[in-house]
Amino acid sequence: MEKCYLMTAVVLLGLTVRWTVSLNSYSGAGKPPMFGDYEAQRHWQEITINLPIKQWYFNGSDNNLQYWGLDYPPLTAYHSLLCAYVAKFINPDWIALHTSRGYESQAHKLFMRATVLIADLLIYIPAVVLYCCCLKEISTKKKIANALCILLYPGLILIDYGHFQYNSVSLGFALWGVLGVSYDWDLLGSLAFCLAINYKQMELYHSLPFFCFLLGKCFKKGLKGKGFVLLIKLACTVVASFILCWLPFFTEREQTLQVLRRLFPVDRGLFEDKVANIWCTFSVFLKIRDILPHHIQIMISFCFTFLSLLPTCIKLTLHPSPKGFKFTLVSCALSFFLFSFQVHEKSILLVSLPVCLVLREIPFMSTWFLLVSTFSMLPLLLKDELLMPSVVTVMAFFIACATSFSIFEKTSEEELQLKSFSISVRKYFPCFTFFPRIIRHLFLISVMTMVLLTLMTVTLDPPQKLPDLFSVLVCFVSCLNFLFFLVYFNIIIMWDSKNGRNQKKIN
Amino acid sequence: MAALGVATGGGDWFSALALGVTLLKCLLIPTYHSTDFEVHRNWLAITHSLPISQWYYEATSEWTLDYPPFFAWFEYALSHVAKYFDQEMLNVRNLNYSSSRTLLFQRFSVIFTDTLFVYAVHECCKCIDGKKAGRELTEKPKFILSVLLLWNFGLLIVDHIHFQYNGFLSGLMLLSIARLFQKRHKEGAFLFAVLLHFKHIYLYVAPAYGVYLLRSYCFTANKPDGSIRWNSFSFLRLISLGLIVFLVSALSLGPFLALNQLPQVFSRLFPFKRGLCHAYWAPNFWALYSALDKVLSIIGLELKFLDPSKIPKASMTSGLVQQFQHTVLPSVTPLATLICTLIAILPSIFCLWFKPQGPRGFLRCLILCALSSFMFGWHVHEKAILLAVLPMSLLSVGKAGDASIFLILTTTGHYSLFPLLFTAPELPIKILLMLLFTIYSVSSLKTLFRKEKPLFNWMETFYLLGLGPLEVFCEFVFPFTSWKLKYPFIPLLLTSVYCAVGITYAWFKLYVSVLTDPPVGKTKKQ
Repeated sequence: MEKCYLMTAVVLLGLTVRWTVSLNSYSGAGKPPMFGDYEAQRHWQEITINLPIKQWYFNGSDNNLQYWGLDYPPLTAYHSLLCAYVAKFINPDWIALHTSRGYESQAHKLFMRATVLIADLLIYIPAVVLYCCCLKEISTKKKIANALCILLYPGLILIDYGHFQYNSVSLGFALWGVLGVSYDWDLLGSLAFCLAINYKQMELYHSLPFFCFLLGKCFKKGLKGKGFVLLIKLACTVVASFILCWLPFFTEREQTLQVLRRLFPVDRGLFEDKVANIWCTFSVFLKIRDILPHHIQIMISFCFTFLSLLPTCIKLTLHPSPKGFKFTLVSCALSFFLFSFQVHEKSILLVSLPVCLVLREIPFMSTWFLLVSTFSMLPLLLKDELLMPSVVTVMAFFIACATSFSIFEKTSEEELQLKSFSISVRKYFPCFTFFPRIIRHLFLISVMTMVLLTLMTVTLDPPQKLPDLFSVLVCFVSCLNFLFFLVYFNIIIMWDSKNGRNQKKIN
Repeated sequence: MAALGVATGGGDWFSALALGVTLLKCLLIPTYHSTDFEVHRNWLAITHSLPISQWYYEATSEWTLDYPPFFAWFEYALSHVAKYFDQEMLNVRNLNYSSSRTLLFQRFSVIFTDTLFVYAVHECCKCIDGKKAGRELTEKPKFILSVLLLWNFGLLIVDHIHFQYNGFLSGLMLLSIARLFQKRHKEGAFLFAVLLHFKHIYLYVAPAYGVYLLRSYCFTANKPDGSIRWNSFSFLRLISLGLIVFLVSALSLGPFLALNQLPQVFSRLFPFKRGLCHAYWAPNFWALYSALDKVLSIIGLELKFLDPSKIPKASMTSGLVQQFQHTVLPSVTPLATLICTLIAILPSIFCLWFKPQGPRGFLRCLILCALSSFMFGWHVHEKAILLAVLPMSLLSVGKAGDASIFLILTTTGHYSLFPLLFTAPELPIKILLMLLFTIYSVSSLKTLFRKEKPLFNWMETFYLLGLGPLEVFCEFVFPFTSWKLKYPFIPLLLTSVYCAVGITYAWFKLYVSVLTDPPVGKTKKQ
């Protein structure tokens, strides 16, 4: 490719931004006794290298599960083990059993940050570059601009390099999965996605679209011929990759069950902290967590999630297409985020990833969503003292999107992919022509609210009676935005291009 | 934010580039900063809390005020904003004071004053002829030039990590160059005079300004063959120029003249007590000279030509600024460097006088002045290479030959800045940014001149690629070898000698191209 160098420059820029953000503080820096996610990751290194594999997920004298017990699937544990070996080589104090608790030093921070950067560089960034290079029907320049915007998405950068997590690994694997499945490398795609699930169980948010898309593909090929063979192959791949990842834990029944119990802590409640989902927002008015019994909470959240998923998943199974697949990934992940049980604020990244993938199709809405998603994590970012990098990266991202897609000129019905929907609406309300204008106004209002709320949170002290006032407001506003996006994405999936093409012919 | 969107939405790439780099600068706020941070804090304190009469006498801190008066006034102005951030940083006795608010204020002051630089780049872009304009935006000379200037690696790390105010000073210089290109000579002269009183290092390029203005502005016409027409001399123009320079100087130095402090001011501005080379050798002629001396002395010791007891112990690359005696070759005095510099500058000045080629010729002469003084000057800082790199960017988008010189000069010059940042967290930043800038500049200029002969011959390619292994050796291999304790200066020595070769080569090549270039002939202005 002739413009390879521009792509290299974009990747280097992405890396530079990542590393400069990582110079800032991390979660729980200098806050004993529990510290934060940074300490959790370090603690897992300590556990995995010092204890035999059988004790990793069990409470014991050497492994207090109350103190950042391992609660991610085996791949995370293996990754920790790998990092621990490197750490041991550099400085054994970093991972000494018991004594290394709450270990903090400049050198150690550097090491931890470097592990994130390396994982990112190996898994997520190549996937993004490849994804953008494989995009069809657009110029090289647009591909590069697309890569720039995806790589500059502030939410992921701030959580991985500021707060400290390894989301880029699981999201990167998921992206490899999307790539594989979209370009008919179904087996490799499903393998990559299994790895993603085995790195972080939250990737299950994406599992239904994957399942439906692959199933739809099998149906399309005919269940009695090639489709059946594909189905069998896929099933074997999935089972084999799962077995491979879980092998050490299959030796005893109790082991497997314990890992599963750690992965899905159903007794931890409907939601934690402040999350921009329905349940947290709703409990501002009505304390559901205290009123309803535990199993009913589970049932309700399950039903809501399932119902909201159903239409788009059925549509995808019946009409599998790479484009529909990407959109369904968005809507399903968003449904899970809004309605499911035990959601973290960071889970919004699982929605953001597929939204990044549709940046090209609907630049205006995607940019808007990605801004809101970063904003929804504001309380968390403020707690980690990441205000400055947050504001800067958000602005950089916004400028990148605005310049490379000129988003403000792309708000016509066609470009919002709402053409066929509004045509159907106009059958009943002929005067319904102001859709784009409404959306533009909504965008302005939404951005204004976000800016105002950010300013208020930063400058004002909340009243003493309501210490959480601002973070609740942030969640409330973001949740409203997310609900709107859920509706929007469902609409464009259900009125997808196939109808659109027919409509065009009719017109 | 919406307004921001309107500003950038209309495909306005220039503001997007400028805003982008500004945001990157904001991200660099928490990085390491050098003692220059304390230097400027101290100057803030001096100018804020002491009367003018004390400015150039105050010596509580070792970092005394040694920039010309305008810079002192600049600090004075800044200090009146600084007091709203943190009053404590304005106390002269608060040595090494660095609260988070102080940090924020100082960093933002650099970022904010860089707006002048952005404006200057904007003006410079107007002076570039867009004849070669490609179809695509990224292949337009204007676009490439603004990236090369706005995202300049050297400025980013020297100003926004190491901490200095080169951005706005370079902005003044570029703006005055742009004014000369736009035939607004008086404005250009004024801006340069102001610049001189901000930082006197720009005296090095003053000959280019002086001769150019005299030759191409005061003489209003040429003979058809391009030689000078003596009777076209305009006294009015000369007097107006003189008046401008005089008034600016009077404004700057007048108060100190009135206080009878001029000798003290000058003794602060020109401290000849410092050594020939800075603690880390700038990659110039003297680095090669000193390295040769060192090699000769080692050979001499091996072959017993030299008596070990007579060799001075002071090793040049370690420790503070100090006097240094060469062992084998004759030691260099300030006067000798001055003479060398003058001799090196003279041919380019002659060229400017006898072979005037308009503003482009002036620009070449200016770069040669900057480079020659970098090559032969006394106590040169490695940062001074920016003085040549930035104006050279303007030339690079015009001609393939200049582009090749620019790339060699920039890459080696920028690499020689690496030792400025020696802390581990900044290591990835400097490597990433350097790669970003170098890859972009090489590839974009190659695309721009793809129809002409290749930019580098095999030797130059080999030399530039050699920087990679050098970096790997200096930062990743050497610290783990046993030599680290015995010869701690080796990485610095290698870096400066290796870069000195490249910069000398670029200087030489540029000189040759200036001297052999045919005069433009009939396309004379005015």
